[in-house]
Amino acid sequence: MEISIRNVRKTFAAFPALAGVDLDIASGELIALLGPSGSGKTTLLRALAGLEPIDAGQIRFGASDATHLSVQERRVGFVFQHYALFKHMTVEDNIGFGLSVRKGQDKPDKAAIRRRAQELLDLVQLSGLGKRYPAQLSGGQKQRVALARALAIEPRVLLLDEPFGALDAKVRKDLRRWLRELHDKTGVTTVFVTHDQEEALELADRVVVMNRGRIEQVGSTAEVYEQPATPFVFDFLGSVNRFRGEVQGGKLKINGLSLGTNSPLAGAVDVYVRPHDLRLVEDSSPGLEARVLQVQRTGPIVRAGATLAHDGARVDVELSHLDPLTATLVPGARVRLLPAIYGLFPPEGDAPLKTLPDVVPNAVPEQRGSRARA
Amino acid sequence: MPIHPGTARIHSVSLRTAQQRRAIPGFGLTLGITLSYLSLIVLIPLAGVYFKAAGLGWDGLLHTLSSARVLASLKLSFGAALIAAIFNAVFGLLVAWVFVRYRFPGKRLFDAFIDLPFALPTAVAGIALTALYAGNGWIGRYLEPLGIQIAYHPLGVVVAMTFIGLPFVVRTVEPVLAEAEKELEEAAATLGAGRWITITRVILPSVWPALLTGFALAFARAVGEYGSIIFIAGNIPMVSEITPLLIIIKLEEFDYAGATAIAAAMLTLSFLLLLAINLFQAWVRRKR
Repeated sequence: MEISIRNVRKTFAAFPALAGVDLDIASGELIALLGPSGSGKTTLLRALAGLEPIDAGQIRFGASDATHLSVQERRVGFVFQHYALFKHMTVEDNIGFGLSVRKGQDKPDKAAIRRRAQELLDLVQLSGLGKRYPAQLSGGQKQRVALARALAIEPRVLLLDEPFGALDAKVRKDLRRWLRELHDKTGVTTVFVTHDQEEALELADRVVVMNRGRIEQVGSTAEVYEQPATPFVFDFLGSVNRFRGEVQGGKLKINGLSLGTNSPLAGAVDVYVRPHDLRLVEDSSPGLEARVLQVQRTGPIVRAGATLAHDGARVDVELSHLDPLTATLVPGARVRLLPAIYGLFPPEGDAPLKTLPDVVPNAVPEQRGSRARA
Repeated sequence: MPIHPGTARIHSVSLRTAQQRRAIPGFGLTLGITLSYLSLIVLIPLAGVYFKAAGLGWDGLLHTLSSARVLASLKLSFGAALIAAIFNAVFGLLVAWVFVRYRFPGKRLFDAFIDLPFALPTAVAGIALTALYAGNGWIGRYLEPLGIQIAYHPLGVVVAMTFIGLPFVVRTVEPVLAEAEKELEEAAATLGAGRWITITRVILPSVWPALLTGFALAFARAVGEYGSIIFIAGNIPMVSEITPLLIIIKLEEFDYAGATAIAAAMLTLSFLLLLAINLFQAWVRRKR
């Protein structure tokens, strides 16, 4: 089912969790809402489910307006980070719960509910565990039960709130791949929230990058990574260096180094370059002179920290160990760096990276409910 | 690092001795102190009751216990305690729910009131209740014309027992309700469950064990209650006379053996009931 979100706003005690969000989700799509904590991604997900009433705007499921429907009427499958399984019920009863609470002729008989639970257990590859209680399952198994429970009601849309957040790294990776396969099999429109960029890029068809209650960029995983629309996206998806430059007559100048650009900007700009998009060049070639501070080898990647000779700015460089010039990377050495791929944005001033657009410390919606567990 | 054949063996030997020791030291000492203390404070006095009662012999014991007056008092004590505990379980749960879920003015004050039955001398409670429910009391005067007599009637016993048992249920259920995850309710709602189904099928089952504990405590307290009941009950033999009072009466008649016989019977009944509740509770808990 396609979903359309129009100008949705939500404020928590003067903190704008959603500051006018517009988004269209196609039927059968797998979408990631990605952002730091406090970016509004969880609030948006909960608003879709009806768990969080919105102050203004409209949410449509297909042709029907769902803005004022109750949680129960929306028929969405919601999966919580901490599973939220009913501890006193068996796995089978958990999965059948959504069907067993239906009324009148919508309510399937007991045998039908059991059958459906079995089907879903097979689907999530937990056949034979139906009689267990949640306490007897591992974290990964619990989350799969939670997913089966959400799918049992044949939801119009499946919403997952940091579904792998409570699991350890290995299980998380397996479940990620498994969820992608499951989605391809069932075709349910799915929206999941994550703060893990790797998870978003690996799993989703499209990624919605959120910051401070707004959408910064919507795009395919390749688009958001390779053509970040804003400095925030550049910074949030992977690490990045920032240089000061100037655009003059269709050329980008960084301290005398002249590079091509088709940017419409003119005058002073910030140049964003990822560490692996910097090349090491011979002394005679044009480049930015830098002094190496430290060098670190991890497997096939050589990482170096350096400072630019002309303004002392800090630069991180990542090279392949096959690059013949890596031999020249020793602490104290002078090297020349050439940005191969870069993005230009209007200057931001001296605000340090990584801290630029983050969190308002209180009223962060996704931390609600975590108190009891802390 | 090269592995020498010897190191592995030494390693496994030291592991075995480590496993034989307990992770937390002092088990023997702490268990010894626990058992001695329990014996001194609880078991020896209680054993004394049985020992003294045994002096009557089986015939004497049966004779004392099968008297109509004793049987009537046991029926009243345990019956009224059961009714009061059920009452408290229902309304105590409600009170706990309101306290955990809602904010209202004066909440802290009401919260303190709940503990009053704990702290109040029972005689004070008895006098206050009697004054309220007697035929000319604030409440009694409106109930009497309706044909409802509370003071000097078994109903009065139930009222007093309910009064003193309430905090047990509220205080045991409250923390469990407070810890119940909001997400469970949200999960139920997204699955289509309305409020009533969520309460009966999701929330209540999770407080069951705590509610049972509160019920058992309220029940035990009600069975043992003396001070507040004797004021309001009127203590009419065969009608509103509770067993603890009967024990006192026997003592005043210098019938020590008879008193201990009744005491032993009460003790046995209480123990069996609490044991049953505990077993039921363990069964409930095992399911999660």
